[in-house]
Amino acid sequence: MTIIAVDHLSKIYPVALKEPGLRGTLSHFFQRKYRSVAAVQDVSFSIEPGEVVGFLGPNGAGKTTTLKMLTGLIHPSEGKVWVAGHIPFRREAAFLQKITLVMGQKQQLIWDLPTLDSLRINAAIYDLSDTEFRQRVGELAEMLALDRQLTQPVRKLSLGERMKAELLAALLHRPQVLFLDEPTLGLDVNAQVGVREFLKAYNERYQATVLLTSHYMADITALCDRVLMIHQGKLIYDGSLDRLLNQFAPCREVTVEFRQNQTPETLTTFAELQFLEGRVAHFIVPQADLTHTIARLLAEHEVVDLTVTDPPIEEVIGRVFQVGAVS
Amino acid sequence: MPHVLKKAAALLTVYYAYMLEYRAELVLWVLSGTLPLILMGVWVRASQSANFGLSAEALVRYFLAVFLVRQFTVVWVIWEFEREIVEGRLSSRLLQPLDPGWHHFTSHLAEKAARLPFALALLALFFALYPEAFWVPSLGQVLLAAVAIALAYILRFLMQYTVAMFAFWTERASALENFSFLFYLFLSGMIAPLELFPPTVQQVIAWTPFPYMINFPANLLIGLPMNVVQGFAITLLWCGIFFGLNRLLWRRGLRHYSGMGA
Repeated sequence: MTIIAVDHLSKIYPVALKEPGLRGTLSHFFQRKYRSVAAVQDVSFSIEPGEVVGFLGPNGAGKTTTLKMLTGLIHPSEGKVWVAGHIPFRREAAFLQKITLVMGQKQQLIWDLPTLDSLRINAAIYDLSDTEFRQRVGELAEMLALDRQLTQPVRKLSLGERMKAELLAALLHRPQVLFLDEPTLGLDVNAQVGVREFLKAYNERYQATVLLTSHYMADITALCDRVLMIHQGKLIYDGSLDRLLNQFAPCREVTVEFRQNQTPETLTTFAELQFLEGRVAHFIVPQADLTHTIARLLAEHEVVDLTVTDPPIEEVIGRVFQVGAVS
Repeated sequence: MPHVLKKAAALLTVYYAYMLEYRAELVLWVLSGTLPLILMGVWVRASQSANFGLSAEALVRYFLAVFLVRQFTVVWVIWEFEREIVEGRLSSRLLQPLDPGWHHFTSHLAEKAARLPFALALLALFFALYPEAFWVPSLGQVLLAAVAIALAYILRFLMQYTVAMFAFWTERASALENFSFLFYLFLSGMIAPLELFPPTVQQVIAWTPFPYMINFPANLLIGLPMNVVQGFAITLLWCGIFFGLNRLLWRRGLRHYSGMGA
């Protein structure tokens, strides 16, 4: 049974137009002109229970708008959405009990009180008994490696601790569907790993469905078998991360350290030059030309060191967005 | 039903703890509510040079009662609501199965409980300095006044929360509140006892919501003869009107809010 179904979904926003200068300001005051902007266009996909799906796209691609339609915060302009058997925009209590949305680190918790106080409000709102409350807080706190932080005022917590506390608050009612908008944004590497491991454990323990956006490819590679890629409001890829990488990255990154300083002009004849720092150059070389290119480099220049690696995923994703579609 | 009580208890106790975090600020808020006590001095001095039917003692009691009523009916929901919209916190509240209004309503109540000791201490200090102003209301008066104060709080909250709904469209709804505060200041009896207004003006004011936010409960507290039934009826009527308007604007506003991207 499908838990999230999205069918030809679109969202069109009116955006107010204003000419610069006093004249523009006055005419804007008396007669507003609007232009329609399509934030999401004709997007369809479905997600099965227990899946962890990464939602990729550059800023302004329509990720957050889609998440807001899936949680019922905004009404679709066209198309249909079902989440856990409900139409989100009705925001029925039974639906709200099943979902959660985490957007940023300053959402639920009361800034000047310990997290536990905010959690008590959430427990009451979601009708949890005292035993359920204690048991769930204990369980989640252990998974998140939070302990004495729960009795400290939220404002005294570090960014990473606060994000974990937000996650705890957002998951206290044990939702089946998690919508996470940049859950690791701004965290240091250790905290990112902590949040990532927690999400993985939560998904495995409760068979929860997760749809998350992230700028950190490490989040996506660690958590998601499947990715949705959105660009300028349109869904341009839906499938496994591996297939995306294989299809789009039949190329390698070649790092070469030369004996002498080089100029970009001489190097671009070999392959696509990413950047050059004195004697060290980074190339992106198609898989098919790899041996030929390396042979030429070694024959024509004095090379001190040479490494061949997979290109970073950011690079691959960037290429997909440049092309605008995945075949 | 127990669920409702449990929710109320959780919200009240947590918001009470929250308000106690700001002890110093609470004292300042109580002190900033002493405008009636200042006005009392002005009016008492004026009553000594001209006769307008109210004795100095009656004026002192009136303004003390105003001070007390005001302590229980101060409302700031519009600024909180505006901030929630601007900062986008409303969105996460909307995803919980509880109307966001309850957070505001209960946090105001918790604040009243937190400031009560300070307000009472200030009153005690006043009576210690001016024992001749002291009066003991009968139990009946206290009960009636308590109900009237509770209704005054609900009415004031509903009125301001209704104006707050315009934050969905303008993001500066508090400007509207600042304007309507002028009417509140004069027509509620905060600046002057309404008994001093010309009778025809008094009759008109009696049909507005304003006197029931201060003048009516204050007069009940000091034991002036009032048309109690009419007073409560008009209060409830206005509560109903503002509640209806509030829900209407809330639904429209949410549609607009979501239309602009939530």
